[in-house]
Amino acid sequence: MHKDISQSIHKLDAHARMQGKAQYVGDIDIKGMLHAITLRSPIAKGIIKAIHYPPLPSGYTIIDYRDIPGKNFVKMIFEDWKIFAEDTVEHIGEPIALIVGEDKRVLYDIHDKIICDIQPLEPLFSYQKSVIDYQFTKGNPDPVFKQAKKIIKETYETGYQEQAYIEPQGFIGYPETAEKVTLIGSVQCLYYVKNAVVSALDTHPDNVRVIQAAVGGAFGGKEEYPSLIACQLAIAIRKTQKPIKLIFEREEDMSVTTKRHPSKTTMEAAIDADNNIVGIRAKVALDGGAYIGLSGVVLSRALIAVTNAYTIKHLAVSGDVFKTNTVPNGAFRGFGAPQMIFAIEMFMHHLAKQLNQDPYSFRMQYLAKQGDQTSTSGLFRDPIIMPKMIQKATEMAQFHDKVKAYKTMPNRGIGMSYFLHGCGFTGSGESTHINAQVKLRKDDHDHVYILVAAVDMGQGAKTTLIKIVSHTLEIPIEQVHFDYPDTDDVPDSGPTVASRTAMIVGGLVNQAALEMKSLWQSKTPLEVIKRYKQPEWIVWDEKTFQGDAYPAYSWGVNIVEVEVSPITYQVNIIGIWSVYDVGKALDETIVLGQADGGTAQGVAYGYLEVMVHEQGQLKQKNMTDYIIPTAVDMAPTQTHLYDNPFALGPYGAKGAGELTLVGGAPAVAMAIEMAIKKPIKKIPATPEYIMELMHDDDH
Amino acid sequence: MMTIKFMLNGTEQTIKTDPSRRLLDVLRKDFNLKGSKEGCGEGECGACAILLDGHITNSCCLPLASVHKRSIMTIEGYAKTARFDVLSNSFAEAGAVQCGICTPGMILAAESLLNQNPAPTDAQIRIGISGNLCRCTGYNMIVKAIQSAAKRGEGLW
Ligand code: FES
Ligand code: FES
Repeated sequence: MHKDISQSIHKLDAHARMQGKAQYVGDIDIKGMLHAITLRSPIAKGIIKAIHYPPLPSGYTIIDYRDIPGKNFVKMIFEDWKIFAEDTVEHIGEPIALIVGEDKRVLYDIHDKIICDIQPLEPLFSYQKSVIDYQFTKGNPDPVFKQAKKIIKETYETGYQEQAYIEPQGFIGYPETAEKVTLIGSVQCLYYVKNAVVSALDTHPDNVRVIQAAVGGAFGGKEEYPSLIACQLAIAIRKTQKPIKLIFEREEDMSVTTKRHPSKTTMEAAIDADNNIVGIRAKVALDGGAYIGLSGVVLSRALIAVTNAYTIKHLAVSGDVFKTNTVPNGAFRGFGAPQMIFAIEMFMHHLAKQLNQDPYSFRMQYLAKQGDQTSTSGLFRDPIIMPKMIQKATEMAQFHDKVKAYKTMPNRGIGMSYFLHGCGFTGSGESTHINAQVKLRKDDHDHVYILVAAVDMGQGAKTTLIKIVSHTLEIPIEQVHFDYPDTDDVPDSGPTVASRTAMIVGGLVNQAALEMKSLWQSKTPLEVIKRYKQPEWIVWDEKTFQGDAYPAYSWGVNIVEVEVSPITYQVNIIGIWSVYDVGKALDETIVLGQADGGTAQGVAYGYLEVMVHEQGQLKQKNMTDYIIPTAVDMAPTQTHLYDNPFALGPYGAKGAGELTLVGGAPAVAMAIEMAIKKPIKKIPATPEYIMELMHDDDH
Repeated sequence: MMTIKFMLNGTEQTIKTDPSRRLLDVLRKDFNLKGSKEGCGEGECGACAILLDGHITNSCCLPLASVHKRSIMTIEGYAKTARFDVLSNSFAEAGAVQCGICTPGMILAAESLLNQNPAPTDAQIRIGISGNLCRCTGYNMIVKAIQSAAKRGEGLW
């Protein structure tokens, strides 16, 4: 019991999953259930004149906006995202109706006979129509830019990234009573779904129950999108009073669900006479797609990450979310930070080169230190151990020797990124929007049940939370339970997002366990509830972006080594080395697994994963077209974790889920840059892009 | 309709059905074997993989007619073997299971590989599982798990 909590145990659900026994939503069938398929807009923008439905066989039903008892919006932040298209369509694939019935072949047959009379309008694909704009400053940027000896400016672009969870989205639901609907699905955020469905059905919260099925990967893709299909399905269940299953096929999933926002970021640096950076101006454009959804929150995280792991005294930061007639973009592990961190890391690297300095020692000088001001004039309160981490990473990778060797050796390169990730919700989100609550229940056999809405989507939440309770109560793991959460049973501990599960939910669970320990009476049932209280020292002004945007930061270093074929410009990953500070690993193997998987996604974002649209139609439709890494594409990774406990985290833990993704792209881009001796300003750095850069040379 | 006979997890089965149905659907619907998952439905991800006469094969691309008189092993059948015990313990210890949707297919791919090559190098393991996509793990821990199973299970393959 006095073991170090980091010591790994077998993940508690691993054996069931290996035997194929875990029940994902696709594995659940209910007697007498119907199926649903979706009728979607074939065009990017238009006015719906009429939808002509064929006569329906008995037992088959159409569900559209006219069937919605409540408001026709997916309840999120803004009232802009429709459950079903009503008078207009804003993107290809926008849902118009569900077709519901027993036999899928009949459903497809009905689908093909429906005639959509939609008058096309001119769609918008460029960054023209800003729907959200934020800006903030730090210090006094204007005079600094006026007095600068020179100003260096660069623009960086990033593409779409698709979450590509292996299990597509889906829900199954049934009427529990004439009033009450129960939905079981592949979700990250049970209460987001519940609240959205309550609003769509315009009903009492007791009439909506949401249960998590085993989740086959999520990565942010199952943060807000499931609310949309849950609303549609709940409306259909209400109307038909039958169990219904709605599971996406891969092509449908890939063409209509949210992606990582493409971005374009312009960075300017004010340089003084001694070649120091004295100020930075940044302007970020995110492609929001047709509806805002969570794009505003993504934008704020991007903007706040403007100086990444560096301290720059004077900043002017602004950004927009642009509406385009494309699939709405949304949450994806990293949530705006990967775009910004790519831009700032490359910019710092390029500045050094333009100022004839060694990029790595140049960048080191600006690394944030404890006591420095953050980009939003908050405080880095806790110890920062980046120098030690960089030292370790460079030793592991034999970085300096390779940098020297590759100066003369063609086609080989190595790159290193530094980065941080703010843990938990941005700003005051945790206290004003979420207000998390957790419950621990002990029965008369002294078994303890963790009642939280946190979802284990593979990241190990179940094992980690059980370990916390078992350690704190000093009882065996087998005596602690954490089942798939059910909103009829668990309080709203908030969504499973923003690297908050270990730190915030785990922290509350630990507090509850401590209280339970002090009240413990053997064989007596007991319940303890804990509610989140924002530490008083966290002050945040949402309007001006001033103060502490996050209670804590996790830190990382990635090194990536590549070989670039001089003939095909194919990039081959040779090795990946990482060092992370996540406070304290609640289970070492689990955190290392997050590191491996996150880094693979981050690196692949930088060079491999291509998604583009043509006139609003995504060109990559399935796993054949949208390439994610195979075991052959990924090189062996070596990862080292340093303990740097955070006083308020359970056992010192900070966030670990997203951190591991955000630094991959700049590291691989810098490596490619070294191999081809051309600056990379756009990701993914595909062979076509590299060829373009090499070709430019000839002129 | 056609009568199709095959061995399924060691038992002979005869079924009368449309021979163009996908093996994946038949396994899941007619035999209630849901350990084979559908990730893409087009032969790219390996979540639906089974062993067909001992070789890793995607069941989403296999019309039932093509398994006539052949032998199929799904994860449910394989989970009862000593080899599975070795592989699954190595997977759990290495941390090779995250969301688990790819894992049954991955374990069968490992079996197929070790069956042909009981002492693979890391590079051979990577090639051996390259038909199975995993979005969670970055593969590192899966490679380690298979390597350690090969050592621990010496003589089993
Ligand atoms: S579902 Fe068969 S290969 Fe993906
Ligand atoms: S563990 Fe999730 S896809 Fe492999």
